[in-house]
Amino acid sequence: MKVRVDDGKCCGAGTCVMLAPDVFDQRDEDGIVVLLDETPPERLHATVREAAGVCPAAAIELDENV
Amino acid sequence: MTDSEHEQALTYPFTRPAALEPPAEWAELRQGCPVARVKLPSGDEASLLTRYEDVKQVLSDPRFTRRLTADDAARISDSESGGVFNSDMASSIPDGGEGHQQWRRRITKWFTARRMASLRPGMEAMAEQLVDEMVERGQPADLKASLGFPLPVWVICDMLGVPDSDRDKFSHWSDALLNLTRYTEAELMAAQVEFFEYMSGHITAKRKDPGDDLLSELVAGGEMSDDQLVATGMGLLVAGHETTANMIGKMVAMLLVDRRRWEALLEDPSLIRTAVEEALRYDANLGFGMPRYIAEEVEVGGTVLPGGSTVLCDMAAANRDERAFEGAGDMNLTRSPNPHLTFGAGAHSCLGQPLARTELQAVLCVLLRKLPTLDLAVPAGDLRRVEGLVVGGLSELPVRW
Repeated sequence: MKVRVDDGKCCGAGTCVMLAPDVFDQRDEDGIVVLLDETPPERLHATVREAAGVCPAAAIELDENV
Repeated sequence: MTDSEHEQALTYPFTRPAALEPPAEWAELRQGCPVARVKLPSGDEASLLTRYEDVKQVLSDPRFTRRLTADDAARISDSESGGVFNSDMASSIPDGGEGHQQWRRRITKWFTARRMASLRPGMEAMAEQLVDEMVERGQPADLKASLGFPLPVWVICDMLGVPDSDRDKFSHWSDALLNLTRYTEAELMAAQVEFFEYMSGHITAKRKDPGDDLLSELVAGGEMSDDQLVATGMGLLVAGHETTANMIGKMVAMLLVDRRRWEALLEDPSLIRTAVEEALRYDANLGFGMPRYIAEEVEVGGTVLPGGSTVLCDMAAANRDERAFEGAGDMNLTRSPNPHLTFGAGAHSCLGQPLARTELQAVLCVLLRKLPTLDLAVPAGDLRRVEGLVVGGLSELPVRW
């Protein structure tokens, strides 16, 4: 799985960080998403999918074929 | 429903069968009339959206503006100005585009998930203290007044750096701003002026003597005008307490009305996170809905809306849409993922959502730990809604333990 985030779309809701803090973080200065792990380990895939699915700004994209 | 039934606009908000139950119209409209003409308390008409995809589309589309200040926008409330959505109180805060994004990002840094995680032990300690005080006063007790209301007020006041001892004042101002039917235009104006002066006083004080809080830092940052600082403080104070205060009561009521839900959480507290999300989705009493205005022609749900339309997004009806949620009419505490629209969607989605989530999780955690025998003190049918508020809630939540 490969994760991409769009920091232009991100609205800083922090939903992804609450779900998967090992994969996502937020910038201190404005709360915008920071991707910590572009290729998360398999045990985190379900939570990363959930984070992408509930992102209010649809700012997380997953490539499942990697 | 047939087309002829829809020639006349439906009166909105709909009447409710019971405090926690959805109005019958939702399922009918989602099925047969996803873009429905409704008559608002002002007498003006708008298009009500009840399907998940349509509500999400409109909330995410920046062409739909958030504030209804255009001449042909529908007025919402029956007061002369049209109420909080039509008010220019917050006009100093940019409504869209880059200006809005800049404003929002200055605030968002205070609501990050990590910052909320660091506040959580304090929230739990406060919740424990409030529960202890409620228990000391004896049962039955009103959980809304004892815990649901004071906790979020304390948390947001602490973040902003204003004294929570003034909470009765906030409560009145907030009620006046968010009530669509109860106050006269003069009372609404008086509340706005008082609230504005109160917040201006705090901004001035923080300029002279800054503290370690959100308002002090915004003042020190020097990037916002005084009007923006005051409007931001007022907005955060109102948004930060009325919504979560009501949600705490509704969440606990939903979990107790079918006590198997409460018992499932007692047995497995690791369900708290998904249970909170499901309570947010399942809340049939979320409030008025989110109005939007569009200047140009647009297609929504197969219907062409002319330019100058006012649309009302019913997130709670959308959250019960079977097209988006399997078993949408059932409360499923393990539901995951749960992409409910309770906090909205897109660039204007609730910036306080990590705070709300953390507060709801903290409250539930403390209640399960300290009052495992908690139960409703009245039959579910006796629970009453608050009428006329933009934010839906129960007037009180009588409990015993």
